[in-house]
Parts: sequence; structure tokens; C-alpha cells
Amino acid sequence: MISAFWILNLKGETLCARVFRPDVKRSMSEIFRIHTIANNDGNKAPIMTLGSTSFFHVRHMNLYLVCATKTNVNAALVFEFLYRVITIGRSYFGKLDEEAVKNNFVLIYELLDEILDFGYPQNSETDTLKMYITTEGVKSEQAVREDSQKITIQATGATSWRRADVKYRKNEAFVDVVENVNLLMSSKGSILRADVDGQVLMRAYLSGTPECKFGLNDKLVLDRRNAARNVSTVDGPENPAVELDDCQFHQCVKLGKFDNDRTISFIPPDGEFELMRYRSTTNINVPFKVHPIIEEIGKTRVEYTIQVKTTFSPKLNASSVVIKVPTPLNTAKVECKVSLGKAKYSPADNLIIWRIPRIQGQSDITFTAEAIRSSTTHQKPWSRPPIAVDFQVLMFTASGLAVRFLKVFEKSNYNSVKWVRYLTKANGTYQIRVSSLSESGLQGGN
Amino acid sequence: MSGHDSKYFSTTKKGEIPELKEELNSQYKDKRKDAVKKVIAAMTVGKDVSSLFTDVVNCMQTENLELKKLVYLYLINYAKSQPDLAILAVNTFVKDSQDPNPLIRALAVRTMGCIRVDKITEYLCDPLQRCLKDDDPYVRKTAAICVAKLYDINAELVEDRGFLESLKDLISDNNPMVVANAVAALAEIQDNSNTPIFEITSHTLSKLLTALNECTEWGQVFILDALSRYKAADAREAENIVERVTPRLQHANCAVVLSAVKMILQQMELITSTDVVRNLCKKMAPPLVTLLSAEPEIQYVALRNINLIVQRRPTILAHEIKVFFCKYNDPIYVKMEKLEIMIKLASDRNIDQVLLEFKEYATEVDVDFVRKAVRAIGRCAIKLERAAERCISVLLELIKIKVNYVVQEAIIVIKDIFRRYPNTYESIIATLCESLDTLDEPEAKASMIWIIGEYAERIDNADELLESFLESFPEEPAQVQLQLLTATVKLFLKKPTEGPQQMIQVVLNNATVETDNPDLRDRAYIYWRLLSTDPEAAKDVVLAEKPVITDDSNQLDPSLLDELLANIATLSSVYHKPPEAFVTRVKTTAQKTEDDDYPEGGSETGYSESSAHAADGGVSPTSSSNVPYSAARQPAPAPPSPAAPVPDLLGDLIGLDNNAIVPVDQPATPSGPPLPVVLPASTGQGLQISAQLTQQDGQIYYSLSFENNSQVPLDGFMIQFNKNTFGLAAAGPLQVPQVQPGTSARTLLPMVMFQNLSQGPPSSLLQVAVKNSQQPVWYFNDKAPLHVFFTEDGRMERGNFLETWRSLPDSNEVSKDFPDIVVNSVEATLDRLAASNMFFIAKRKHANQDVFYFSAKLPRGIPFLIELTTVIGTLGVKCAIKTPSPELAPLFFESLENLLKV
Repeated sequence: MISAFWILNLKGETLCARVFRPDVKRSMSEIFRIHTIANNDGNKAPIMTLGSTSFFHVRHMNLYLVCATKTNVNAALVFEFLYRVITIGRSYFGKLDEEAVKNNFVLIYELLDEILDFGYPQNSETDTLKMYITTEGVKSEQAVREDSQKITIQATGATSWRRADVKYRKNEAFVDVVENVNLLMSSKGSILRADVDGQVLMRAYLSGTPECKFGLNDKLVLDRRNAARNVSTVDGPENPAVELDDCQFHQCVKLGKFDNDRTISFIPPDGEFELMRYRSTTNINVPFKVHPIIEEIGKTRVEYTIQVKTTFSPKLNASSVVIKVPTPLNTAKVECKVSLGKAKYSPADNLIIWRIPRIQGQSDITFTAEAIRSSTTHQKPWSRPPIAVDFQVLMFTASGLAVRFLKVFEKSNYNSVKWVRYLTKANGTYQIRVSSLSESGLQGGN
Repeated sequence: MSGHDSKYFSTTKKGEIPELKEELNSQYKDKRKDAVKKVIAAMTVGKDVSSLFTDVVNCMQTENLELKKLVYLYLINYAKSQPDLAILAVNTFVKDSQDPNPLIRALAVRTMGCIRVDKITEYLCDPLQRCLKDDDPYVRKTAAICVAKLYDINAELVEDRGFLESLKDLISDNNPMVVANAVAALAEIQDNSNTPIFEITSHTLSKLLTALNECTEWGQVFILDALSRYKAADAREAENIVERVTPRLQHANCAVVLSAVKMILQQMELITSTDVVRNLCKKMAPPLVTLLSAEPEIQYVALRNINLIVQRRPTILAHEIKVFFCKYNDPIYVKMEKLEIMIKLASDRNIDQVLLEFKEYATEVDVDFVRKAVRAIGRCAIKLERAAERCISVLLELIKIKVNYVVQEAIIVIKDIFRRYPNTYESIIATLCESLDTLDEPEAKASMIWIIGEYAERIDNADELLESFLESFPEEPAQVQLQLLTATVKLFLKKPTEGPQQMIQVVLNNATVETDNPDLRDRAYIYWRLLSTDPEAAKDVVLAEKPVITDDSNQLDPSLLDELLANIATLSSVYHKPPEAFVTRVKTTAQKTEDDDYPEGGSETGYSESSAHAADGGVSPTSSSNVPYSAARQPAPAPPSPAAPVPDLLGDLIGLDNNAIVPVDQPATPSGPPLPVVLPASTGQGLQISAQLTQQDGQIYYSLSFENNSQVPLDGFMIQFNKNTFGLAAAGPLQVPQVQPGTSARTLLPMVMFQNLSQGPPSSLLQVAVKNSQQPVWYFNDKAPLHVFFTEDGRMERGNFLETWRSLPDSNEVSKDFPDIVVNSVEATLDRLAASNMFFIAKRKHANQDVFYFSAKLPRGIPFLIELTTVIGTLGVKCAIKTPSPELAPLFFESLENLLKV
């Protein structure tokens, strides 16, 4: 298991060091520093074995989080743990960076003592941790004295993520369906890859110990129901079923039940959490179509004509649209014209950044630009990175997913209000290739 | 809710420890707490605050939980350095372990287990016994792990006190977290023990599978990992297990998913029903694909594991190739792994799409990735016969864009394709030849030359092409020279006309007379002899039909694959190496205490970097250079018979004229420590030579020892040194008496410098030829370490040193890090360096590092000014030198490394 844990800053200075097993020494972080940080090679594999010590690291903001071990440890578990530390840090300090670590190192030691024992991860649910490890030391002492029994039961119990005595005057639950679109389009507009990574985020402000049931327009569920009722599988065009390739759930969801009949039932943690993650690859609604024409004229000029079409309903709007158009490394000057929004050349990124604060569905916009290249003696061909589109579309899901119901059962039988919101977005994952080679000579086939 | 602890990091430098001492003993609670925080901050940044032990422990008796935890943290770190004082803490621990507050009981047991001091361990047993039976599950789960801690310190104690039984009882505990920790502890104890301790019966199995549904995500991983060792009795049991594990595939924690996959794959081996197996594969595919949406580090672990899984179950992801397409902004280590899997999943059905992707990657920026993409195209061509032609046309397209490294990589893979499909695609040779001039990497050159030689009869101007390479023959790397030699011989055998005949003479001359490379020389002699004795036989040997290669490049050995699959999710599955390859099992309890005196000192030696990419086993073994070599190697020609050596020829070759060979007349029998063997008896037909350069009283000697293991007495020993950087040559005759079979003789040969200087970059290589009256000439390589040449008058005055240092320009300063060297004793190191005429001048402290200055001098008055920076007892030494001859720096570092390593 994990033998030691460090938080280092970008210079490799130790901000926090905790040794859990005697086979690794505190000072070993120095070896990690020499091999990884001093080499300044961000592309190195995140696992490295030196002698008989293996180092795992994750970079977060201006920090390195590092674990070392001497055994054949479960590597997936170590990385999951490192990311969990980041989650806990964020939840405690707002963000986890060098300043936050320095300002809270005592608390971090206290947390580490709780979440890792002899290198085995223990309870890492922030909700529970916050009950007895708090920034206000004195107050926690009082709390601990009174409720320690309660704490230990929760920290080890079957619902370690929820306190028993939650009370709200108004019982509410907010559901956010957030979809991230991964898209790879060729310059000719054919879709090489399109899939959706979705999340269902929930903020539950519900009293007592509520049992929730959650329903989606999951094709498998609807098919089964229809089969049972003996009706045809077509559910009507306004509410088509979606096919989910895979879903993963928060540990509160009863997986056995889902495996049996695909019902999602759970006792939610109090407050905000990620209920489920899913993936869908069929019938993806592509919200933006991009048709780029990029021509290199001689060795000194590049001409761009890019047409963008929004394909979603005209009742909806996309916001924070940023289209990043790559330019050659030796670009000296760029002139561009856009029919909507603002475009600006950013020499540091080798990009023309075209920002559109708001755009309606079913509209067409164009972008024309000319980049002048400075002549260089040794000219390497331009590698033509892809165009990337970042955006957010509210009340739209690229997968077509919709929440059918959220039911809350509690013994006091209170009424609860539920809210649902949908958001589809992309951040660096929506790409249109513009390279000159693609598709020449070969037929893309399937 | 952010704290302001950063102030504890900045304390005044002056009198820090006394100041802290005072504050720790303050009468005010808050002040004491602040002081402890300062101590912990100092500990974090690596300062030694162990001298405050008593004062910190005095703060332990407190009601303040936060303060208590800080003191415990300090104790865990320093108890080993102050074992006697640590006993002071025992009472508090024992008391705390009976506190009404379960959090404090657990904290006491948890901390006590971390203090590895024998006397404390004794006191730990009773509280641990109580806590294992505590009413509170939080205390029990902590106690369970504590048993594993105690086992690591004192296994016997754990067995004697019956803790193992208590631990096994906890498997039936009603709290799932207690069960999970008990399983983790038992699994670890089992790993470190040779006797069966934790055997999973079908009864425990069902209990654990039940606990699986309720325990924390980490607990699920512990249980799944432990259960994956369970061997089901039959297919039915296996199916039952799998059924209860599959729901875990939906868990949000990737570690749970991978451990579940491991368990399912293990049980699948037993399941006979193809339907069930197919169904399981179908169920596992989506979660595996979902892992690729996780953070890049987790993706990397997943990809390395998927690589293994598709080797065993190729169908599982056969339809999912698209998800392995690289995104432009994936980290390079993820891209590399995706590429590997794309090659594995490539099939006739998807090859067009895959080729489009590879072509796209071949235009990206990262050179390594681009190369790998080009190689991937070649590997697909070798793997899929029907797609080979399309792959080649893509490669030709890439060659046309004329990016140098793409062209070279393409030529390397095309050579492999030729070997896979002989006589099919030779029509493209003409296109390849167009890029001939741009090749500058050895492997690409060697591949191109191999192609020209192999198809010499079809290339009209093959002789001209080869001739263009021949001009630079002496400067080419060995790999290219070998290929040139073979290709020329092939050309000559295929077209025995005048041109090739001349060429072959040039090549053979170059490869025998002008070269220092024994491989090349041997091969050239074999060809020479074959050609001169029996040209037909030469044809049979050199132009023999070569076996067709296949793409088994990345297929692991089945038994290794079995082992790796049983280790899914672990480091072993990431490296594709069995755990023994990188884990040294630390079963020790006693010997660990040896380095206790240096709680902060790393005493690790022998670091060898094996990052996962290295573990990957190279890019494409089929295309490595040994393929063309095999042409010459396969039908191994008989070695020249030892009875008929060709001394004249050999003598001429290395330029041994008889004047230089010194006859033996006087016997000399010095003795001393054993010398390194430079010519083993197996190579020397029974003669073993050991030798080493040494310096005694300012004179350089070559200390030699001859051991005769042959059947005949050997005499008439002569020695000759090839030209070398230092111009070393024998100052007098080699004096060795007749050496009888089974005996040995030792001699000191005085040496002179600056006699036969070689040109070119400095090298420590010393090539030696030794001859006797009975045997052929033996050649061997030795090293001339730089420190042997340092003169006794190399000591400098401090002022002189500083002045010389300043007077030399910065461009004459060279430095190097030795990350795996540690200086443990200053005195011993100084002595050792002084013995090699490197004189200590001064020492200073810089932060926590020590900086040492030395001077040394080479003959003809070349000074070396040396600066060594290190932390005593910690790995890593930095060396900077200044000298008027910076070109000698590499030799200096080599020599220094050897001196420091001892």
C-alpha cells in the first residue's frame, strides 16, 4: 500500500510530508524532485519506479501530489486516492493550491491521519470528515465530546455519506444534467467520433433519511416497460428513448438493484454530489456544424473561411462560444472579419480566438481571415492543429437524455420540490480537423 | 474557511531551537500550541527538530484534540531516534486507549502502531487486544489495521498473542468497514508470511461478497483484490461469484471497476458456457471504455490494462476502436498507449479508418509520437495481409511530404514489410531511393542499405548507390558499417563484375584494417575467407532465403500474461512485468533498525530508472536491427580453427611491427589484490589475463596477471598498446616467465605517456594486444581511468585555487549530477580521493548542503579544480569542475564516479 504522501510545490519544495510505512523515507521526495520536477518533462508517464520505490504523481494547480510505495500496489486506487485528496481539499479550502496548503497544513495533516491508515485509504467522504475535522479546532472539540458516538457510527456505517439528523424547513432537490460533448469532425464535415460524457449532479436539501428513486428515458427501461405492457417500443417522437452505453454511480446508489432491473434508488448525501456519470455514443445531436476552408497560399499567406451552423432549436441559445482557430507558428499579422461576436489573434497561443457571447439556434455565421507569415529560412511544414469549439447550451442534451421522474420517500412523508436543469457543453473536446492530409487518397470507411 | 498557518513556516533564523524550547514550555496553552505547530512546520521542510523531543512530549497531556494529534505526529517521526524518551509517552497512550471518546481510543491505538520502538510495542498489546473487541466499530476498524502494523514490527508477537485469530473473527463483524480493513490486514500479513494464514473458504467468500455491497469504495477494492486469489471449485461457483461482482462495474470509482474486472476475468477462465462468457465480455466492455473518460493518469493505468485484456480476450473491444483514437490534447503518454491498442484492434474491417488516423498523427508535432504512428502503419501492414498494400501507399504518401524523421521511420518499417512479404512490393524501391540523400539516422541508413543489398539484382544502379555510402565508411556508426559490408558482399555475389569487385576490396580492407570494432572485423573475415575459399558456399550462406517475419511483436508469453491478468490494476499490470521484477520484498523486521541513526538519511543505492515506457519493451521488436544481421548469422560458419592462426595477417592488421613487440627476459613476481579480468579463459583458449592501470610513487604501471588454464606451457609474452588518448605505451619490455599449465604469473609493466597519441575525442578506452609463442594474438579492451594520471604535485594553496578558478572562463566549467551516489563518511571519501592525488582544499556549508573543493593535476601541468556538493548521507552528489581542458570532463566524471561509488 501507499508508504508515503507528499505535497510539493512546482520547485519541488516540500509543503506537506507524511510517511505511513517505514520502508520509505521522508527525504525520498528529493529523488522525485530530481527525476520529475527538475527534468521538467510534463509528458513523462505519471508512474515511475526508481530502484525499488515507485512514485505516483498528479499535478494540480501549482502543486504536485505524490505517493510512494515499495509494493505492487493497486495503481488505479492510488490515483483515485490522489484525486480524492484534491476533492477534499477543494471542499475544505475552496481551492487546493500552494497558498491553501501552507495556510492549512495542520488541518491537512489531521485529514491525512484520518483518510489514510498504514497507507490504506479510509473514509474520504467530505461530509463525514467535516463533522469532526474542522478548521475551528475549539468548536470541534465540543462537538466531538457530545457526538463522537454519532460520528463513529456514521464514519463506519452502511450510509457513511449521510448524517441522520438533517432537517430542512423546505425540502428541495436540484438535478443538473451536464453533458460534455467529445467530437472529432474531419475537414469535410464527416463525423469521425461523437460521444457524450454526462453527469447527473444533485443538490439535495432533504430532511431525515429520504429514499430516492430516479428515472431517465433510458431505452432499456422503457423497452422493458413497454414489453411488459405489450405495446410497441415507439414511445412517441417528442420523448425518444436514449441508449446509454454505460453508467457509473455514486456509492450511495444500490448497484445490485440497478443490475437487476435498472432502477436507480439511493439515500442521497446531504448537499451537493455527483449522482451518476454516463456515456452515450448513439444518435448524438451535434449542436455545431463547422465547415472550414483553410488555404496556404505560397509560403507567406494563409486564408481562412469558416462557416458555422447551429443545429439546435431556435428557441434555445448557446452562450460563451469560443472558437479557436490555429495559425502557423511564424504568423506575423492576422486580419479577420466575423459576422457575429469578436475575433482576435493571440500570438502567444498561435490561435485566432473568436468569441461569441450568445447565438441562437438554427443560425449561420461566417468567419474570414488572412494570416501573413513572416518568412523564415528553415521552414518546417505547418502541422495544422484542429479547430476547437467551446460552448454551453442550456436546456439541451446532446444525447437526448431527459429526467422522467425523481421520487422522494421519507417516513415523515413530507412534500418536496424538485428542479431539473440541462446543460450541454464542450471544453477543448469539440474538434474539427483541418490537416491537409486527412482523407486524401483514402476513403473513410465503416 | 481558510487558515493562516503559513506564518509558522517563517520563524526567525537566529536561535530558533532555544526559542521554540522556551515557547513549548510556556504556561499559556495557546503559545504552546503555536510552538508545536512551528515544530511541525520545521519538520515538514526537513529541519531536524529532534532535540525538542522532551519538550514536545510534555505537551501531550492535553484535552485539546488538535494539539494532541500534532504531538502524535511528531512522536511518529522522532520516536525512533529517542527510544528511551519515547517511553514517557506510553502512559498517555494507554490512558487514551481507554478514553470514553471512541475517536480518542482509535487515535491512541492508531498512533501507537506507528511508533516502531520495541518497548512501546510491548505496551501496545493490551490496548490492542481491548480495541479489537471494542463496542465501537470505528475503534475496531482502526485496531484491525493496527494488527498489520504490529506484524510488520514483530510478527512473532502477533502470532503469540493470538491477534491473528481476533483478526479472522472480524471478518464476520457486522460492520462492513471493519470487515474490509480486517481483509486488507490479513491479505497483507499473508503476503509477508510463508505459512497459510488467510485462506479464503467458500464460507468467508459469501460473507465477503455480502459486505461488498455495503462498505466504502476503498473497502470494496480491498475485498475484491483479496478475493481475486480465490479459486472457484467449478464453473457453477464461478458463475455465482461473477454474478455478485458484476454490479461493481457500475461504480464511479475506477479502482473498484478495475478490481471487479480482474475478479471477473479470473473466474471466466473456469466458465465453460460460451454464452455466459460472451455475455460477460459484453458487460465488461462499456465500463472499460468509460475509464477513458477519467483523468489522464487513470486513463493511463486503464490503457495499460486494456492492452493486457485484449491480448487474452481480443473480441471484448473489437468494435470500440474509435474510443482509442487520440485527441489532439491528450498527454503524450496516453497517446502512445492508445496507439498500441489501436494496432491490436486493427482488423480488415476497420483498417481504412485506422490508417486515416495514423496518417493524421504522422503530421503532429511530437517527434516520438509521429515516429510511433509511422511504425504503427508498418505493423498493421505486417499484421493484416489484405491491407498491406493500402498501408504501403500511406507510407509512400508520408514519404512525399519530405519531413526528415517521417521519411526515415517509413524506410525502417518498409524494410520489415519487405521481409514479411518477399517479392511483392519491390516496385516501390525506386521511390525510396529518391530519399537516399536525406537519411542521417543509423537505423534508417542501415535499413535502406539492407534493401539495396537484398534487391541488388533489381536495382540497376545498386553499385552506384552503395558506392556513395562507401566513401564515408570509416565515419559511419557500427550498425551502418555492418549493413554496408553485408550489402556489398551480396551485390558482389549477385553481380560479380568489375565495379563491385573493387568495392568489395575497399570494404573488406576498411572493415578489417581500419576498424576497431571486433564484430565488424569478425564478420569481414568470415566473408573474406568464404569468398576466397568457396564462392558457391558464400552464395549459399549470404544469399540464403530468410524466414518470413510475423507480427508477434507485442504478444506476451502466455504464462506471463496469466500472471499479469491476475494482477490487473496493480503496478505490475502497468509495467507488464511480474511483481518480482520491481518489488524487493521487505520481509525484514530486524535489519531495518540498522539505519535508525539517520532518520532522515536515504541509504538507497543502485537506482535504475525504469519508467513504464522503458518497461514497454521498445517500439517494435521486429524492426530492430537484428533482423538484417541474421542474414549473416543464421548458418553459422565454422570459426577459424585454432590450430592454424594467421599471425602475419593479424600482426599486420593492427600495426604490430616487430620492433614494437618487446621480448620477455626477466621474471618478476609482484603480488597484490586481485585484478579485474580483461581476457577470460574461455576466450583466450585457456589463457586468462587480468590487468589494471595503477600509479605508484608517481610512476604509472600496467599491473598484469597471466593465468594459464591450457594444457601447454606458455612463454614469449609480448604486449602492444593501440593509439590512445593519453598516448600510453610500455616503457620497457614485458617481463613474464614461462607460465606452466595451472599456474599464474604477475608483473608490473612501467608505462610512459604521450608516446602514441590518438586523434579524435578523448576516450578512456585502452586497446591492448598480447601475444605469446604458443597462441594467436589476443586483443582486449581496458579502461584508463583519468585519476591514474593525476600527479603528486597537484595540491594547490587556497589563494592559488581561487585565483585559478577566477582566471578560467566560465565556458571551461562543466558539471554533472550523480543522483545515485551517496557520501556517508566525509573522512573516508577524502582519504580515498587523496589516495588518487585529488587533494582536499576547503569545505563550506551552503543551506543544508556541504560543498567541498579539491584540486588535481595532470602531467604537463593541466590543473583540475573540483567542487563537490552533497548532503552527507543523502543520495545525490553534484560535481562541477573547471579546467583548461574541459574536453576531458567526461573522463573525469567517469573516474570520479568509480572512486565515489566504492
